[in-house]
Amino acid sequence: MLSLTQLPGTVAVITSDGRMIVGTLKGFDQTINLILDESHERVFSSSQGVEQVVLGLYIVRGDNVAVIGEIDEETDSALDLGNIRAEPLNSVAH
Amino acid sequence: SICGTLHSVDQYLNIKLTDISVTDPEKYPHMLSVKNCFIRGSVVRYVQLPADEVDTQLLQDAARKEALQQKQ
Repeated sequence: MLSLTQLPGTVAVITSDGRMIVGTLKGFDQTINLILDESHERVFSSSQGVEQVVLGLYIVRGDNVAVIGEIDEETDSALDLGNIRAEPLNSVAH
Repeated sequence: SICGTLHSVDQYLNIKLTDISVTDPEKYPHMLSVKNCFIRGSVVRYVQLPADEVDTQLLQDAARKEALQQKQ
Protein backbone atom coordinates (compact mmCIF):
# COMPACT_ATOMS: atom_id res chain seq x y z
CA MET A 1 0.00 0.00 0.00
CA LEU A 2 1.34 3.38 -0.98
CA SER A 3 1.25 6.01 1.76
CA LEU A 4 1.04 9.77 1.62
CA THR A 5 2.98 12.26 3.73
CA GLN A 6 1.99 15.29 1.67
CA LEU A 7 -0.52 15.63 -1.18
CA PRO A 8 -4.33 15.34 -0.77
CA GLY A 9 -4.86 15.65 2.98
CA THR A 10 -8.59 15.96 3.44
CA VAL A 11 -10.61 14.17 0.80
CA ALA A 12 -14.24 13.50 0.07
CA VAL A 13 -14.93 9.96 -1.06
CA ILE A 14 -18.14 9.14 -2.89
CA THR A 15 -18.89 5.44 -2.63
CA SER A 16 -20.73 3.35 -5.18
CA ASP A 17 -23.79 3.19 -2.94
CA GLY A 18 -24.04 6.98 -2.96
CA ARG A 19 -22.53 7.81 0.41
CA MET A 20 -20.12 10.64 1.06
CA ILE A 21 -17.25 10.07 3.47
CA VAL A 22 -14.82 12.84 4.39
CA GLY A 23 -11.44 12.05 5.93
CA THR A 24 -7.66 12.32 5.79
CA LEU A 25 -6.24 10.11 3.07
CA LYS A 26 -3.40 8.15 4.62
CA GLY A 27 -2.77 5.56 1.95
CA PHE A 28 -4.00 3.80 -1.16
CA ASP A 29 -3.02 1.08 -3.62
CA GLN A 30 -3.47 -0.04 -7.25
CA THR A 31 -7.05 -1.16 -6.73
CA ILE A 32 -7.91 2.10 -4.93
CA ASN A 33 -8.33 0.51 -1.51
CA LEU A 34 -8.13 3.55 0.80
CA ILE A 35 -7.01 4.29 4.32
CA LEU A 36 -8.99 7.21 5.73
CA ASP A 37 -8.25 8.70 9.12
CA GLU A 38 -10.54 10.96 11.19
CA SER A 39 -13.34 10.08 8.83
CA HIS A 40 -16.99 10.98 9.08
CA GLU A 41 -19.94 10.39 6.84
CA ARG A 42 -21.96 13.34 5.62
CA VAL A 43 -25.59 12.32 5.37
CA PHE A 44 -27.61 14.62 3.14
CA SER A 45 -31.34 14.89 3.48
CA SER A 46 -33.98 17.00 1.78
CA SER A 47 -35.75 17.64 5.07
CA GLN A 48 -32.95 18.42 7.52
CA GLY A 49 -29.41 19.77 7.41
CA VAL A 50 -26.31 17.65 6.84
CA GLU A 51 -25.68 15.07 9.54
CA GLN A 52 -22.07 14.08 10.25
CA VAL A 53 -21.49 10.60 11.62
CA VAL A 54 -18.01 10.13 13.13
CA LEU A 55 -16.26 6.97 11.89
CA GLY A 56 -12.58 7.24 12.90
CA LEU A 57 -9.96 5.15 11.08
CA TYR A 58 -11.40 3.32 8.08
CA ILE A 59 -10.22 1.05 5.29
CA VAL A 60 -12.44 1.39 2.24
CA ARG A 61 -12.20 -1.36 -0.36
CA GLY A 62 -11.47 -0.03 -3.84
CA ASP A 63 -14.46 -1.78 -5.44
CA ASN A 64 -16.76 0.55 -3.55
CA VAL A 65 -15.00 3.81 -4.43
CA ALA A 66 -16.55 5.97 -7.14
CA VAL A 67 -15.00 9.42 -6.76
CA ILE A 68 -12.25 10.92 -4.62
CA GLY A 69 -12.31 14.69 -4.36
CA GLU A 70 -9.65 16.95 -2.94
CA ILE A 71 -11.33 19.16 -0.37
CA ASP A 72 -10.34 22.80 -0.31
CA GLU A 73 -10.21 23.49 3.44
CA GLU A 74 -11.11 27.16 3.04
CA THR A 75 -14.20 26.55 0.97
CA ASP A 76 -15.25 23.67 3.14
CA SER A 77 -15.09 25.58 6.45
CA ALA A 78 -17.16 28.31 4.82
CA LEU A 79 -19.96 25.84 4.10
CA ASP A 80 -23.00 26.06 6.32
CA LEU A 81 -23.78 22.37 6.52
CA GLY A 82 -26.80 22.93 8.73
CA ASN A 83 -28.56 24.74 5.92
CA ILE A 84 -27.79 22.45 3.02
CA ARG A 85 -30.73 20.44 1.80
CA ALA A 86 -30.18 17.80 -0.84
CA GLU A 87 -31.47 14.45 -1.90
CA PRO A 88 -29.12 11.59 -1.02
CA LEU A 89 -27.04 10.42 -3.97
CA ASN A 90 -28.15 7.38 -5.91
CA SER A 91 -25.96 4.32 -6.11
CA VAL A 92 -23.94 3.66 -9.25
CA ALA A 93 -25.61 1.98 -12.23
CA HIS A 94 -29.30 2.61 -11.69
CA SER B 1 -22.50 15.18 -14.01
CA ILE B 2 -19.09 16.60 -13.25
CA CYS B 3 -17.38 19.04 -15.61
CA GLY B 4 -13.67 19.74 -15.43
CA THR B 5 -10.29 19.89 -17.13
CA LEU B 6 -8.82 16.51 -18.01
CA HIS B 7 -5.56 16.23 -16.10
CA SER B 8 -4.66 12.62 -16.72
CA VAL B 9 -5.95 9.16 -17.51
CA ASP B 10 -4.44 5.78 -16.68
CA GLN B 11 -4.65 2.22 -17.94
CA TYR B 12 -7.85 1.59 -15.98
CA LEU B 13 -9.38 4.69 -17.53
CA ASN B 14 -9.36 6.30 -14.08
CA ILE B 15 -9.73 10.02 -14.67
CA LYS B 16 -8.20 12.96 -12.87
CA LEU B 17 -10.06 16.20 -13.35
CA THR B 18 -8.98 19.62 -12.17
CA ASP B 19 -11.04 22.70 -11.46
CA ILE B 20 -14.33 20.87 -11.47
CA SER B 21 -17.88 22.16 -11.41
CA VAL B 22 -21.11 20.23 -10.99
CA THR B 23 -23.73 20.82 -13.67
CA ASP B 24 -26.51 21.13 -11.07
CA PRO B 25 -24.96 22.34 -7.80
CA GLU B 26 -28.28 23.09 -6.13
CA LYS B 27 -29.42 19.54 -6.45
CA TYR B 28 -25.97 18.10 -5.77
CA PRO B 29 -24.08 20.29 -3.29
CA HIS B 30 -21.88 17.38 -2.21
CA MET B 31 -18.85 18.55 -4.19
CA LEU B 32 -19.00 22.27 -3.39
CA SER B 33 -15.61 22.33 -1.66
CA VAL B 34 -13.88 20.07 -4.16
CA LYS B 35 -11.68 21.56 -6.90
CA ASN B 36 -9.78 18.50 -8.10
CA CYS B 37 -10.97 14.94 -8.17
CA PHE B 38 -10.11 11.41 -9.11
CA ILE B 39 -12.80 9.26 -10.70
CA ARG B 40 -12.46 5.49 -10.71
CA GLY B 41 -12.72 4.18 -14.24
CA SER B 42 -15.17 1.42 -13.29
CA VAL B 43 -17.90 3.91 -12.41
CA VAL B 44 -17.76 6.05 -15.52
CA ARG B 45 -20.72 5.63 -17.82
CA TYR B 46 -19.99 8.34 -20.40
CA VAL B 47 -17.29 10.90 -21.01
CA GLN B 48 -18.55 13.78 -23.14
CA LEU B 49 -15.84 15.50 -25.13
CA PRO B 50 -16.65 18.60 -27.19
CA ALA B 51 -15.94 17.34 -30.72
CA ASP B 52 -14.18 20.45 -31.94
CA GLU B 53 -11.69 20.36 -29.08
CA VAL B 54 -10.25 17.02 -30.07
CA ASP B 55 -7.61 16.50 -32.75
CA THR B 56 -8.75 13.09 -34.00
CA GLN B 57 -5.65 12.44 -36.10
CA LEU B 58 -3.37 13.04 -33.12
CA LEU B 59 -5.63 10.94 -30.93
CA GLN B 60 -5.64 8.05 -33.39
CA ASP B 61 -1.85 8.10 -33.70
CA ALA B 62 -1.36 8.27 -29.92
CA ALA B 63 -3.84 5.45 -29.34
CA ARG B 64 -2.14 3.31 -31.99
CA LYS B 65 1.24 3.85 -30.32
CA GLU B 66 -0.19 3.01 -26.90
CA ALA B 67 -1.70 -0.21 -28.27
CA LEU B 68 1.66 -1.22 -29.76
CA GLN B 69 3.40 -0.47 -26.45
CA GLN B 70 0.86 -2.52 -24.55
CA LYS B 71 1.41 -5.49 -26.82
CA GLN B 72 5.20 -5.44 -26.27
